Amino acid sequence: MGEVIVITSGKGGVGKTTTTANLGTGIAMQGKKVVLIDTDIGLRNLDVVMGLENRIVYDLVDVIEGQCRLKQALIKDKRYDGLYLLPAPQTRDKNSVAPHQMVTLCNELRQEFDYILIDCPAGIEQGFKNAIAGADRAVVVTTPEVSAVRDADRIIGLLEANEIRNPHLIVNRVRPDMVKRGDMMSIEDIIDILAIGLIGVIPDDENIIISTNRGEPVVSDSKSLAGQAYRNITRRIMGEEVPLMNFNTSDGFLAKMKKLFGIKPA
Amino acid sequence: MIELFKFFKKKETSKDVAKERLKLVLIHDRSNVSPQFLEMVKSEIIKVIQNYMEIDEDALDIQLTRTNSDDGERIVPALVANIPIKGMKNIGR
Repeated sequence: MGEVIVITSGKGGVGKTTTTANLGTGIAMQGKKVVLIDTDIGLRNLDVVMGLENRIVYDLVDVIEGQCRLKQALIKDKRYDGLYLLPAPQTRDKNSVAPHQMVTLCNELRQEFDYILIDCPAGIEQGFKNAIAGADRAVVVTTPEVSAVRDADRIIGLLEANEIRNPHLIVNRVRPDMVKRGDMMSIEDIIDILAIGLIGVIPDDENIIISTNRGEPVVSDSKSLAGQAYRNITRRIMGEEVPLMNFNTSDGFLAKMKKLFGIKPA
Repeated sequence: MIELFKFFKKKETSKDVAKERLKLVLIHDRSNVSPQFLEMVKSEIIKVIQNYMEIDEDALDIQLTRTNSDDGERIVPALVANIPIKGMKNIGR
């Protein structure tokens, strides 16, 4: 039986879609079968981040309304074995899907896949309710900014109210230089405020933009720092214990970074 | 005195400001306390205290904040009121 994980944040633009694409690709690289569901109806983007935008025929609402079979709507990523995408429709509204239909869909996908990752839309309305309906656990993405942390706190409360306990936190776009001079909240500061478990830290890395330009998730880039961070999070999601920010490629910088973040080697 | 202390203290970094602001805003978010609610509490407090003392109503400051719990292990929300007293009334003496 597969596991359903929703990737959410409250605030838009903090990296939910990028995170979904990278964790999904990372899981497939580990040899597991994974499907990514874009639930951002009307504003789909997971398809372009994955570089699969030209292959969409059917979408999430087609499946839910029975216009096609589930298998027909799943786009197989030819680059990675076992990686599939179920895209969102671009011309429908959020009310085309109800939470109970998402639960049914997730349960069907569980039979076939090891992991089902759901890319949640920004906000706390219908789209959010649909996205979390079928989820077993949640990953909350935030950045070290007041607005993103505040929204993450709200989302954590709403997840708990919907009985999704112990969500895990990803802090995205961290700039060690700014943390060092006291102009950016550190990981410790954010954990102190949100009081949830940390599953990973993604440094601000221009390779993310470069890889998104090409439609190739950065997790497959062995030289990129953010790619390494996503590979680590992937392994943690799959239950492995990986020390935080353990980048072996550039010791000096990373040792420094760990110190700045106040992270003790696990 | 406190002002003097602040003057000599090292300048606060922007992340300290961010953290402090966040903590305060989250107390409101989490407890759903509206400014109207605080106004109501404030006017009731003024009414009661005025029975016994003359206070400076304009300078009265009341806010939800957070503080260390008695055992010092947790941070708990607290209602903090700063009420400047102008003088005592004669009743009850």
